This record gives sequence, C-alpha cells and structure tokens, in this order.
Amino acid sequence: MDDHILRMSGITKTFPGVKALQDVTLSVRRGEIHAICGENGAGKSTLMKVLSGVYPHGTYEGEIRFDGEVCRFGGIRDSERAGIVIIHQELALSPQLSIAENIFLGNERATRGFIDWNRTNYEAGELMRRVGLRENPVTSISDIGVGKQQLVEIAKALSKEVKLLILDEPTAALNDEDSAHLLDLLRGLRDEGITCVIISHKLNEVTAIADSVTIIRDGRTIETLDLAGDDVTEDRIISGMVGRALDNRFPPHEPTIGDEVLRVEDWTVHSPSQPGRKVVDGASLTLRRGEIVGLAGLMGAGRTELAMSVFGRAYGVGISGRIFKDGRPIEIRTVQDAIRHGIAYATEDRKRYGLNLIEDIKRNISAAGLAGLSRRGWVDEHEEYRVAREFHKSMNIKAPGVSSVVGKLSGGNQQKVVLSKWILTEPDVLILDEPTRGIDVGAKYEIYTIINSLADQGKAVLVISSELPELLGLCDRVYTLAEGRITGEVPRREATQERLMYLMTKGQE
Amino acid sequence: MSSITPADVQVGTAGDGPGEPRRPGRVSLGGLSLNLRASGIYIAFALIVLLFSVLTDGALLQPQNISNIIVQNSYVLILAIGMILIIIAGHIDLSVGSVVAVTGALAAVLMVNMGVAWPLALAITVVAGGLIGAWQGFWVAYFGIPAFIVTLAGMLLFRALTLTVLGNQGIGPFPDAVRTLANGFTDGYLGNVGLGPLGGADLFSLLVGLIAVAGMVAAQWRTRKARAGYGQEVDPIALFAVKMAAGAALILFLVVQLARFKNLPWVLVLLAILVLAYSLMANRTVFGRRVYAIGGNLQAAVMSGVKVKQVVFWIFVNMGVLSAVAGIIFAGRLNQAGPTAGNSFELDAIAAAFIGGAAVQGGVGKVVGAITGGLIMAVINNGMSLIGSPSERVMLVKGAVLLAAVAFDVWTKRRAGAGR
Repeated sequence: MDDHILRMSGITKTFPGVKALQDVTLSVRRGEIHAICGENGAGKSTLMKVLSGVYPHGTYEGEIRFDGEVCRFGGIRDSERAGIVIIHQELALSPQLSIAENIFLGNERATRGFIDWNRTNYEAGELMRRVGLRENPVTSISDIGVGKQQLVEIAKALSKEVKLLILDEPTAALNDEDSAHLLDLLRGLRDEGITCVIISHKLNEVTAIADSVTIIRDGRTIETLDLAGDDVTEDRIISGMVGRALDNRFPPHEPTIGDEVLRVEDWTVHSPSQPGRKVVDGASLTLRRGEIVGLAGLMGAGRTELAMSVFGRAYGVGISGRIFKDGRPIEIRTVQDAIRHGIAYATEDRKRYGLNLIEDIKRNISAAGLAGLSRRGWVDEHEEYRVAREFHKSMNIKAPGVSSVVGKLSGGNQQKVVLSKWILTEPDVLILDEPTRGIDVGAKYEIYTIINSLADQGKAVLVISSELPELLGLCDRVYTLAEGRITGEVPRREATQERLMYLMTKGQE
Repeated sequence: MSSITPADVQVGTAGDGPGEPRRPGRVSLGGLSLNLRASGIYIAFALIVLLFSVLTDGALLQPQNISNIIVQNSYVLILAIGMILIIIAGHIDLSVGSVVAVTGALAAVLMVNMGVAWPLALAITVVAGGLIGAWQGFWVAYFGIPAFIVTLAGMLLFRALTLTVLGNQGIGPFPDAVRTLANGFTDGYLGNVGLGPLGGADLFSLLVGLIAVAGMVAAQWRTRKARAGYGQEVDPIALFAVKMAAGAALILFLVVQLARFKNLPWVLVLLAILVLAYSLMANRTVFGRRVYAIGGNLQAAVMSGVKVKQVVFWIFVNMGVLSAVAGIIFAGRLNQAGPTAGNSFELDAIAAAFIGGAAVQGGVGKVVGAITGGLIMAVINNGMSLIGSPSERVMLVKGAVLLAAVAFDVWTKRRAGAGR
C-alpha cells in the first residue's frame, strides 16, 4: 500500500485574469501532520478548495489521488464521503443550535425521518470526549467560546469518519491555552491514524507539531521539508516563503518627506464579537507629509482593525489611545470627524465597504466629498460631472463614460473610482488597505503611480498590504504588526522580506 | 473646489481607451433608443390607459372620470411619494394607513369637537404626523429595530389610538375650506372660453396648463443646455423634441379635459407641487443622494461619512408628515373621520412604489415612478369597475401586475448582470 494517503499533482487553477495555482504538487504521508505555509494569497486556500471539491472536478487541471484512487469530486459532499473534511478559518456552526445538533448537522441521527435525540446526544457525547470537550451536548453553540467551537468542528469531522482532516488557520482566533489544547488534540488524532493538513501562519506551531511542511509561493509548490529528521528552523521556512527577487514592477520614486502629519499613540482596540480580546494592542505610529508608509502583518494581525478604528471608530469597541494631527491632539469619534480632519480610508473590501455597485461612476466618486460639490444642500450636478470626468481621464478609468455603472467595471477600475472618491475629499492622510488586491499586474502599476503622485503632493500615505514585495517596492518605511502589536519599524534601506517576515511572525513571548 | 487636483495624478495611458458605449437593456426604436428598464413603466402605463380606453369605449378618458381618478387616488399617491423614499433607503412602512386614520381623527377632533380654526388645526395635525414619524424613525434609526417590525407595531398602535380618539364612531362634518381642498376645484376666476366642438372650458385652468407646459420645456431646455455646456451626453435633439411634445400633449390633454368638467381639482395642484418638490429633493439635494447611497450599499455609505441614522430618521419623519396630509385629504373628502379610514393604504402605497420601479433591495426608485405606479393601479381599478368587473377580479389583476412588475425588474437586472 502506498504510504502516501494524498497525492495532488500538476494542479493548475485559473480565475479570470489570474493564475491562482500553477502545476502544484502536494504529497501527504499516511498518519502525519503536514503543514502548508505561504504568504497571504500564495494559493494555500485555493489548493484546499480544489482538494475538498469546493472547486469541482473540471474547473481545474491536474490529478488528485486519495487513498490510492483518482478522485473527481463534484462538490464538498463527495470529498466528505471519501473521508476528507476541511475546517475553515471562519467556523461554519449554527450559533442557535446545540453542540450535538451542530455535530450531526446534515448528517442527522434519524430513523424514518425523525431525529433520534437519545442517539444524537449520546453519540455527540462520545465524540466530545474524544476531542476533550467537557460540555453538555445540548448546550447551544453561542454559549461556548471560540476554542470550544473549534473542538465542535473537529468532533463534527470525526462523526463523518474522517481520514484526512484539513484545518485552515485553526489557532488564528484562539488564545494560547486553547491553542495548546488544540495542538495536543491533533497529536492525539495522528496517533489514532488520522492524517492532518494544517495551514498556519504561526511558524512556531508549525515547527512544534508538523512532521513535514510544504511551502507554496505565487501559486507554485516551492519545496517540501521533512521536519522530523533534519533541523529545519523557522528562518529556513521564511526564506522559502519569501525567496523571490524584486523586479521593476514599481515605478521609480524619489520621496520628499516633510513634517509629521498624523501620529497615533498607544492605540488599543477590543473585538466587538469577543469581549475582552484585544485586536490592536498599544500600537503607535507616525506618518509624515510626502511619505509612503507600509503596514505589514499576516492575516489576523489587526491591520484593517487598526486602520478602521482610527478612521472614525468604524471598527471595534473599547478603543483607547491618542491621535495627533499636525502635532495637535484631535478627537475622532465618527467617520465624518475623520473626513473633516483630512483622513481618508480606502477599504480592502471594495464591494462591501467601498462602492455603491448599482450607482454610476460619478455618484460613487462624489459620495464622500459631496459637501464640496454642493451649496446649501443642493448638489451642483454639472460640477459633479466635470470633476468625475477629470478623474475619469486622469486616473485612466476604463469605462465608456462617468455614467457607467460601477458594478460592471473590473477590479482595477473600481479601485480607481475608490481612490478618486477619497482624493476628492482633499485628505492629508490616505490609508489604503490592500490597494491592489484582485487587480491585474498592469493596473497595479497604475495604482502605484497614483500612490507616488499623492505622496508628491505632500499627502501622507499608509499602505496596508499582504504582499511584502509591494511594501518593499513602494514604501519609504514599514511598520510590522503581529497579534495587534507593532513589532518593528524598518526604514526602506534596511527592509528585506526575511526581516519583515521575521517581525510579522514574532508572537508574544 | 478649485484645489482638487485630479489632473496632477496623471496616469500613463497604457491600454485601450474608453470603448464604445454598451447599453444593455436598450432597444432601438426608429433611430431613437430607449432604456427599457427606466422607461418600461411609462410604456406600460400608456398601454394600460389605451387598453381601458378601448374596453370602456372612451369612458375612461371622459372629463369627469379623469377628475374622479385623480381625486379618488390622491391620498395614495401622496403616500407613495413618502413610501418611495423609505423603500429607496432599504426600509418599509406598514403603518401609513393607521397614521392616515389617526391624523384624520385628530384633525376632526380639533375642528369639529374643539372648534379650532381650520388653518391652525391642519398645522397641528401635520406636526403631529411628523412626531409620529419621529417616533418610528427613532426606533428604526437609533434603536436599530427593523422598520418592518416598528411599523407593524405602529400599524396596531395608531389604529388603536384612532379608535380611542373617535370612540368607535365617525366625526364630521368638516369646515368648507377643508372639504374644498380635498374634494373641490379651483374657481372659474377668468370665466369660460369656447373650444369649438369640445364645448366650453375654464380659461384659468387652461392658462395654468399652458404655464406648466412652458415651465417644463424651459426648465428641460436649460438643463439640456447646461449639460451640453459641460460636455455631458444629452439626448439627440429629435428625441428631446419627442419627449417634450409627449409631455406637453399629456399635460394639455389632462388640463383640457379637466377644464371641460369642473376646473382643476385642488388636490391635483397639491400633488403637482409635491411631485415636483420631492423629485428635485431626491435628485438634486445632498439629502436625496444620501438616501440613494444608504439603500445602494449601507456599509459603503457609513464608510463614506454619511450620517445614516440621521437620514433614516428624517425620511420617517417625512413619511409621517405626508401621511398626515393624506389623512386630512381623505377625511375631508368623506367629510368625516372614521375608525376604518386608511385601511390597507400602506399596501397600495408600497405596491405603487414597487410597480413604479423601486428595487426590493433598495437604492433604486423615482418619485415620478411611484406616482406612475400608483396611477397604473388607479386606472386598473377605475377601468375595471367601469366595465363592471367584480372587485375580486380587480384584486386579482392588481396582484398579478405587482408581481409582473417586480419580476420584470429582477429579470432586467439579471440580464444586465449588474455585478451584485
């Protein structure tokens, strides 16, 4: 019998305009814990979606062999029947149902269409014992913490007679104690013969628990390292994750850096959904005129949360800290305050927070700066049109006219509309959250050019990005964020991907 | 806004320039192109009017009947104006029928029982309507209860209040001035004028009609010239002429028919002012834009600095005010405030808005569209009763029209694939 339970070979997955995976191979030995590491957007989650049938057979190229057989999953039910269960980062539990009901959701213990509650709760109790979850099976999910919810997901997987368990960032939302328990549980499952694939950014966990690790970068498999034998260090993994040369994907730029314009001090933000959890923890940063500053951090590090909480407390509860504009302390309580103080925030999620997709380009551009285009509450529509036309031309927005509906534009052009909207508010500080996410290479270059010219006009730009090369190619200075704390501040000449990645993965001691 | 400097942000003009305009959902009609989704409602209205004119042997368009349609439906049309704003913002108001009842009752108690002078009584009633709207707006906007629930509760609360105030019986009669506003016509200030085979008609009404036409053409012409001056796309001159001619013909036909009957109904004058004012408000003011922005994408509106709670609060206040106006007119027309006044008006107003092109998810809709939607239902009601259809059949047809209108909207949207 093949000692590999899973062999994926030649996997290529293309989305319109983007090659997400290119000739990826992944081999997982029976009964091991196999980690997959890579930067945000490297293609880890896409690969797991291919494996679990979320992207059904036929939408990708390549071959999946599981347990010795070639698999053609048409959907997630097929892969589950084969014994592959994926637990996503966002838990898929129904909060109002009980633990037992969730464990058997879609897989109910029933006779002739009627639920057998005794059997449901009894078997749930057995599974909960296996994962070390000491709760009453009839407790509802909303009454237990995230760590225990994670265990419910695993119990649910076990109920499906799982052979290969995939966990996507299982400890991202857990505290240290829950994380430790989860890792112990995974070791226990391995001893029972269940193979695990774990996607994680926390390299100390990876080296602690995994038997081997596959590194993916830019949609390709880079290497698979055996962690059992040779002494693979975190640094070794990092160099695999980032090892790529910078090329001239960035327009040249000579910064003219002026005075400090915005300073945030000791900024702390608590999670609105998990009371008591600090999402941003005592962060301080400074932005100067004409300067492009990067904010690096892995998924869940608190980058967007930091930005949105500064932008008029659009995120978070229990916010504390001080903000200074041009050296003077200011109070920002609402988004209107932030805009009035010359701060703009272009969201990472254009479709959800950035645009009114059913409206046209000109009304989207004017959405935040309408006050400047109106007199006594009446909009000057001609002026609005004129301004929109200017942006249409200067930003090179590819659309027939400014009356084109924004929902039909490509990602790059939508992003230009978002940027236009914020430039119209005449900000001193622009916070750009993942400004090139989902944008093709050519449009990225245009966005970089726009960012450079904004800095040349004396504005301070804070760029949040998951792509380290982007931060290195664009920014004059980079802050690193890990678990809500600023872990480093690196000037351009000292910045390397390895150094940033080291600071980004530096957890709490 | 001289210091905006988008021109400084000159981006290399890589790639292809703006392509040829693509307009899904457009049909070509003898050189004139029409946006089906935007104008479908008006075409439907024209066809329905035509259909019932034929079915009723022209009785539908007789002077007295036109006057009846307007006067009998004015309150629903007024409600539809407020309702469309609420629906554009992504909410709903189920309470308007009960608010019509309670404000009518209040007006009756003030004027009939307490002898308050009618101008003061009407002012108090309108303010009371605003307060009712503020009550509901508070729960929806600031407390965060879905409008469906708040206004469902309001529907019961204000009906209960009506019954309490009226003691389960009607109060009337109303002062003449109020009855005239609700049910009356402008006087023949300038006497009659002969219109040949059409007989005599009221000169004043005709003059008002001509002024309205002149005003419409002048305003549209000015807008057109200003747009062209800013390099904006405008309709070709032929299409513009056709549109103006059609509008003028419609107004003049309406006015001539009304002038031949009993002059202009006062409610028509009121309605025309409201439609004009609210159309301007929706399209040209910051507040109107905010309403569309909230309905189109609430999160994006919040992140663009829109004071969402404030806007939602005020559109409910506005709905309360318009409900009070409708309540006064309804009670004045019946010359009595009754406990069952306004029953199911909310459904008519909501149906008018959706037939008139509002989107279920919010963000889309026009005041004129809602009025047209209301008129479509009014014509179906009136036309079917003229040909002697039983009321259950009228209800059946109205239900089918509502479903068809929304299905058409969903279908065109899906075909256009508006990236949602």
